Amino acid sequence: MTVLPVVAQAVAGGGVEKLINTVASGIALGAIYAILALGFVIIFKATQVVNFAHGAIAALGAYFVVYFATVLNVPGRLIGSAPKLLQWSLSALVAVLVAAVIGMVVERTAIRPMIGEPLFAVAMITLGLDLVVRTITADYLGNQLRALGDPWGAGVVDIGVLRVSQTQVVMIVVTGVAMAGLAWFFRTRVGVAMRATAFDQEAAMAQGINVGKVFATAWAIGAALAAIGGIFASMSPRAAGVTPLTAFVAFRAFPAVVIGGLDSIPGAIVGGMLVGSTEVFVGSYLSGVSWLGVGFSGIVPWLLMMLVLLVRPYGIFGTEEVRRV
Amino acid sequence: MRGRPGLFTRYQTEMSLLPTTTQRVALISLLVAALVMPLGGIPLLGFLGDGDWLVILNRALVFAVAALGLNLLTGVAGQVSLGHAFFMAVGAYTAVVLGGEAGTTVWGLGLPIWIWLPAAGIAAALVGMLVSPTAVRVRGLYLAFVTLGLVFIGLHLWRNLGKIAGGPTTGREWPPLELALWRGQDPLVSFDSAGPWFGVELGAEAKTYFFVLGFAALFALISKNLMRTRIGRSWTSIRDRDIAAEVMGVNESHSKLQAFAISSFYAGVAGALYAVVLGRVIPESWDLLLSVEFIAIVLIGGAGTVAGTLLGTFFVVLIPRVVEDFTFWLAGQAETGGAFSWLANLVVATTSDDFGLVSTGAAGPGLSVFQLNIVLFGVLIIVFLIAEPLGLFGMWIRIKHYWKGWPFTY
Repeated sequence: MTVLPVVAQAVAGGGVEKLINTVASGIALGAIYAILALGFVIIFKATQVVNFAHGAIAALGAYFVVYFATVLNVPGRLIGSAPKLLQWSLSALVAVLVAAVIGMVVERTAIRPMIGEPLFAVAMITLGLDLVVRTITADYLGNQLRALGDPWGAGVVDIGVLRVSQTQVVMIVVTGVAMAGLAWFFRTRVGVAMRATAFDQEAAMAQGINVGKVFATAWAIGAALAAIGGIFASMSPRAAGVTPLTAFVAFRAFPAVVIGGLDSIPGAIVGGMLVGSTEVFVGSYLSGVSWLGVGFSGIVPWLLMMLVLLVRPYGIFGTEEVRRV
Repeated sequence: MRGRPGLFTRYQTEMSLLPTTTQRVALISLLVAALVMPLGGIPLLGFLGDGDWLVILNRALVFAVAALGLNLLTGVAGQVSLGHAFFMAVGAYTAVVLGGEAGTTVWGLGLPIWIWLPAAGIAAALVGMLVSPTAVRVRGLYLAFVTLGLVFIGLHLWRNLGKIAGGPTTGREWPPLELALWRGQDPLVSFDSAGPWFGVELGAEAKTYFFVLGFAALFALISKNLMRTRIGRSWTSIRDRDIAAEVMGVNESHSKLQAFAISSFYAGVAGALYAVVLGRVIPESWDLLLSVEFIAIVLIGGAGTVAGTLLGTFFVVLIPRVVEDFTFWLAGQAETGGAFSWLANLVVATTSDDFGLVSTGAAGPGLSVFQLNIVLFGVLIIVFLIAEPLGLFGMWIRIKHYWKGWPFTY
């Protein structure tokens, strides 16, 4: 209980202004985690695969943006007269699409042969994939920090006392759009097929649903969302660019998923917001508490996850596993 | 029964460690080979007695201890753990606080090995017992995430506990591998300095080799015996069907507690030995890659089997060296224009503007040899899980059955 007075003292020290700004950047970081968690949950729900390579794919997506926007300038070189914002956004779109294709390739080559195998075995395959993708990305990055070259840079928006960076506004908007898009997607024909497959794979197959196609779609969407999350995780307020460590930042979306429940889409969003806000709050209010150590906010998600699991072993919204003899 | 190795007339013979004569002969010749190897006594494989190969073999033997522990937890009791590196670190840091030399910036009590080595195992086992209640509540893949979290929390601790772990980039010195009665006294036996033993001149690596070989053999025997006693059977039953096990009277939480405690004990001892054999370890060494390496060992070797785990350990630890040697041999071929230079030109990049998958130079465009090995790990995990889920041990079983039934295929 010695922690409480310290926290109270720390919170009192900043004033309302600091509080509002912390809430805002908490929501922005929460949006990153939520979008990463969302991709993870979609893959898990549709294909029953725990994707440990999610962080690696996120970093790879961010690297593609570096490559397409700053090295190759695709498709910017074709439309040289267009504004920089449009050029960069198109490059990012191309990067996300390439990540989606990579997700499909991964599903087809490494995951499809494992249908019907134990969950644990498939999870270990994704762990192997994580090593492969993470190492190759690190090699192409040359083990250094590479800026994404986004048009916003370190620019800020002032709304009264609230000061948020432009990238954070973009993050929250894109996350909102992605969620709305997904809500719409789950009402389309393919989306309904995916929901049916998530409910019962064999029954879905018996109804004439092409389960293989559903798997590929789920991995494409999951990898695309991972890439978007990775791009935002390596932009201005969080970092100055992609590094080999970006994958580990994206790893912190795992606690978000687990807190929300592995198979719950609202859980992913709630978990992401919860983890993001807690991390930012600890980072800004408890950074002066020396015995917590340097970089304590980085392990807050994991500690929060363990706390939640002790109370609710399947996360907040997760379906409890039915145990039968 | 001669010629009928599958026929057992007594339960005792069926449960014995080595039921057939072939197995007994194989084990004894393996042990003899292991003993004469550092003297360069094995024909064709004499190079294994060289100092630099012995360093790798020592690493493999230490890894074998840790992998045997993970095999008990994951292979036999079925509890997925990504936190093995964390438990190894707990053991290693217990060892260094008890056995290391005190400095101005670090703690150390300078106690002898017979205190710090068991203490390393016990400390890790206690931490494992703290984690196990979570394992009873949290099932399957959720447990994998909890143990994954342990690795990151551990890394944070080691980075910030400078008094225990030393500087974040420098680490600290571990005590030497020598047996003394008490601190300050001359060591009775030193395992890491060259000198004669029983009239045979031995290098430092060879002495360390005998020490860790003894430990690996001891821990292999313990886990083999654990697996055929009441405890081991309760673990297997929990892995195969936990509710049925409970109905039959297996206390689930008690069994999981035992599994975590014993597995962590193995990890703690192995962690202490690993750090001592290396001499100096930085806090970042206890990362996720180390945990994944053990998962890879257990999966590639064959989950749930002692022989498979040992095979897997040697496979995983020796492969990087083989890959490295092969890469540099190929690079040499490319330069001298040998018979395989066409392959070398395709695969190896020797200068920074050369195309290739692997680069031997520091700034080449391809993967470095170290990175290539990590990628290879990942690929091996994937390939083995898809093609041979029972691992190397499964391959051996298949070969055995082929010859057993020959000329029939069934």
